[in-house]
Amino acid sequence: MSELLQFLFSGVTVGAVYALVALGFTIIYNASDVVNFAQGEFVMLGGMITFAAHAAGLPLPLAAVSAIVLTAGLGVAMNKLAIEPARGAPVVSLIIITIGASIFIQGAAQIVFGKQIHSFPAFSGDAPIRVAGATILPQSLWVIGGAVAVFIALWLFFTRTLLGRAVLATSNNRLAAQLVGINTNFVMTLSFALSAGIGALAGVLATPITLTAYNVGIAFALKGFAGAMLGGMGNPKGALVGGFSIGLIEALTAGYLSSTYKDAAAFVVILAVLFFMPQGLFGRKSTDRV
Amino acid sequence: MKTTTALATLMALGLTTPALAEIRIGASISATGPAAFLGDPQVKTLEMLVEALNAAGGIDGEEVTLIHYDDGGDPNKARTFATRLIEDDEVVAIIGGTTTGATMSILSVAEDAEIPFISLAGAIEIIDPVRPFTFKTPHTDRMACQKIFEDIQARGFTNVAMISGTDGFGASMQAQCKAVIGDYGLTLVADESYNPTDADMTAQLTKIRNTEGVEALINPGFGQGPSIVTRNYAQLGLEIPFYQSHGVASNGFIDLAGADAAEGVRLPGTALLVADILPEGDAQRDIALAYKTAFEEATGTPVSTFGGYAHDAFLILTDAIARAGSTEPQAIRDAIEQTTGLVGTTGTYTFTPDDHLGLDLSAFRMLEIQSGAWTTVE
Amino acid sequence: MMKLTPKSATLIVLVALIALSPLLFPSNFYYRVGALIFVNAIAVTGIVILTGYAGQVSLGHAGFAGIGAYACALAPVHLGVPPALAVVLGAVLSGVLAYLVGRPILRLHGYYLGVATLGFGILVTMVLTNERALTGGPDGIEVPDLGLRGLLGDLGLSLSNGQFWYFFSGLCMLIGAWIALNLYDSPTGRALRALHGSEVAARTVGIDVARLKLRAFVISAVYASVSGSLLALQNRFVTPDVAGFMHSIEMVTMAVLGGVGSVLGAIFGAAILTLLPQVLTVFAEYEQMVLGLVMILVMIFLREGLLPSILKKLRGKDE
Repeated sequence: MSELLQFLFSGVTVGAVYALVALGFTIIYNASDVVNFAQGEFVMLGGMITFAAHAAGLPLPLAAVSAIVLTAGLGVAMNKLAIEPARGAPVVSLIIITIGASIFIQGAAQIVFGKQIHSFPAFSGDAPIRVAGATILPQSLWVIGGAVAVFIALWLFFTRTLLGRAVLATSNNRLAAQLVGINTNFVMTLSFALSAGIGALAGVLATPITLTAYNVGIAFALKGFAGAMLGGMGNPKGALVGGFSIGLIEALTAGYLSSTYKDAAAFVVILAVLFFMPQGLFGRKSTDRV
Repeated sequence: MKTTTALATLMALGLTTPALAEIRIGASISATGPAAFLGDPQVKTLEMLVEALNAAGGIDGEEVTLIHYDDGGDPNKARTFATRLIEDDEVVAIIGGTTTGATMSILSVAEDAEIPFISLAGAIEIIDPVRPFTFKTPHTDRMACQKIFEDIQARGFTNVAMISGTDGFGASMQAQCKAVIGDYGLTLVADESYNPTDADMTAQLTKIRNTEGVEALINPGFGQGPSIVTRNYAQLGLEIPFYQSHGVASNGFIDLAGADAAEGVRLPGTALLVADILPEGDAQRDIALAYKTAFEEATGTPVSTFGGYAHDAFLILTDAIARAGSTEPQAIRDAIEQTTGLVGTTGTYTFTPDDHLGLDLSAFRMLEIQSGAWTTVE
Repeated sequence: MMKLTPKSATLIVLVALIALSPLLFPSNFYYRVGALIFVNAIAVTGIVILTGYAGQVSLGHAGFAGIGAYACALAPVHLGVPPALAVVLGAVLSGVLAYLVGRPILRLHGYYLGVATLGFGILVTMVLTNERALTGGPDGIEVPDLGLRGLLGDLGLSLSNGQFWYFFSGLCMLIGAWIALNLYDSPTGRALRALHGSEVAARTVGIDVARLKLRAFVISAVYASVSGSLLALQNRFVTPDVAGFMHSIEMVTMAVLGGVGSVLGAIFGAAILTLLPQVLTVFAEYEQMVLGLVMILVMIFLREGLLPSILKKLRGKDE
């Protein structure tokens, strides 16, 4: 029993990180139909900037906030410089642009921060919390709490606020949104800032557990992407469920079947789900335009 | 590329005097990619050493030029760059191949072109069977396993568990350990693995903890993986003796894993890590201290065993070129093979026609982390 | 002026490039780069059929390259077949696998197809990495010699290793391009392009969309497999990187960067992206940044790809 509980703890810790990355994907996708493969780099930047600022003498909370703000600014810049000029380009081109951005950010990070692996202290110490024979780190609770809080905030934002609905409207039909007076450029800017900020937050919360280096972004992006697709792209609920599911599948496979093929299990589940539900678990139905 | 070509053309036209030509040494190293953690200190080490050597007058008054490319650990790129170094840059020898995959690619190009090549990767396949032009400086991963098993045996344990990274380093060492474990009368009772990018290994460690009779744990791997395993080991309150590999032999590991979690962890390491506590008479003390001080001053990052491999490769090569008194690849190769008792940071090298590694188990020291610092276990 | 069909024009340009480029090579190293360009061009020609003709996106085609590559490493050792036959074996295996995988996943659209193909590629990489006993694991495995160079040598045509692979890969690329160009003009090709325009419209005019997409997927998988085989045989060594995500992305980027709508454009893209890392070494540590920047800028400013945009500019000047 304590064994199962430990696997579950492991799964939700990792799953919360994936969920946070997946949530970041959701916002940009909702606003622009772009899947931003540079999302993982935001996570990396969140961790790296916090480390660098903390090492330079800033207190940890301040370092974390500055990392989130800086990364959000970078997200806005990325939108202005790389995404907006490419509006209307086909899906493949957008994939290449965001991967290009990801390579660019990685290249810049290795020059600015070097290639060493870094970490900073956990927020509430390293003493594990014992529950029925299993243990979980306080930092895991921070990550899980962060994922749930971001989810609730986003859910309220998209369903309860005018601005959130404007984002969804822009996604559904950009022209119509403009016609009813929505400033779609502002919506895009906001989405990238939010998305990058959430990515950076993921990095800030997760780094004491996962550690960080200039090249960790792509792994986060792939897992987060998979989580978002499993749940259904564009739906915060999907991102949350998808992210946690992948974490849990991995941990349970590692625990009960084979640690070698735990990542395989996650992708097999995704393929199986997409086979029966081509839009993911909670995805919206799309109609082909002729 | 253009400049090298132009330079080559000038030389061909006799506009520069080939007699005073620089000694061109090539390198193909994973400065980026999954093995950047290993490759980065190697590139920095080579750059630092070339600068120091030239400032001191080069080799017999001839300047050494280092041409290095970043192969990202990708064997396809490594082969291309090896071809470029030989055909286009016309180097006299190659250092490199941070990973075994990249090394195997460079190796076949170097052997075909008969250019001496010193690898920085671990696998035993690189020098077994011996190939005429290929040498290497790091211990083989098999030797690391043997050193660990010797220690486990001496402590009177028999049941061993392993948790290995699925990267080249971890997987290769895992296989080598399995191959030699029987020689020490030990039994492998649990064999788990993790991906290099994984964030939590408590599931695997829980399985190991619940395995009947485990007496010692070994973690072959490099990068952030072993640090996370060590933290998870502490989180789960495991108390069995814990061995890391030489893949984490740097001070960075203690910082990342946390001094508390890393307390009591043992690993087979080199003199480099314990340079400052080596006894006065130790043969490696001076060179290890000198390299450690110079590297940490030049880069501001803690010295690692991997940079040490590059240091030793450069030492072996330049020593051989000086002794050969020639930049003919064949002469350099012969001189490398005749290297005897050359003290490096990793160990004391003595090559023979049958041994292109030149180190034995004695070069490995069993280290233990105590109160956040490395100590030697006798 | 004599009228050339696009097909013969493309082939003539390619033959001329393969035959004449060596005259400009400053050193033997360039044969290696040329051979790499041709090998990449073969995979990219497959992407033209899948993405350019049929409008489907794959983020996992390197998986098929991995199958082709490891077929050449494993079949000669375990099944005793000659390496040349192993290429065919790998291609057949890739084709069959593409058929089995493609049937369920080609119903997906856009990013969903992207993640499904991505998953396929990752699964292949994982098997190659983890089945160490068979595949040699992450450190890779040696690949036997194709033997053709020796054979040519016996016949009196002696080439250096670099030269042999340059011309042999060039020939393979030509054959691949010729097949793709023929396909473009065939009824299947026309139907595929209709599908690219609008799947719904294609369906209403009676095109069997599912079968057609599957056919494009299988053909492109075979191209990727042959490309992987040739790469492995040329390098005499292969690691699971050949099936990795970055290799998949590289294939798609080459095709789209050059111009995914035409074979010549895509091959041009393969040439640029293969050469780029060699040129970028002058930027040393800034190499990655420049590469990322090039990808972004081309996609923004030369949306149809490099070659079509350049041609358009040239034509614009004529008028």
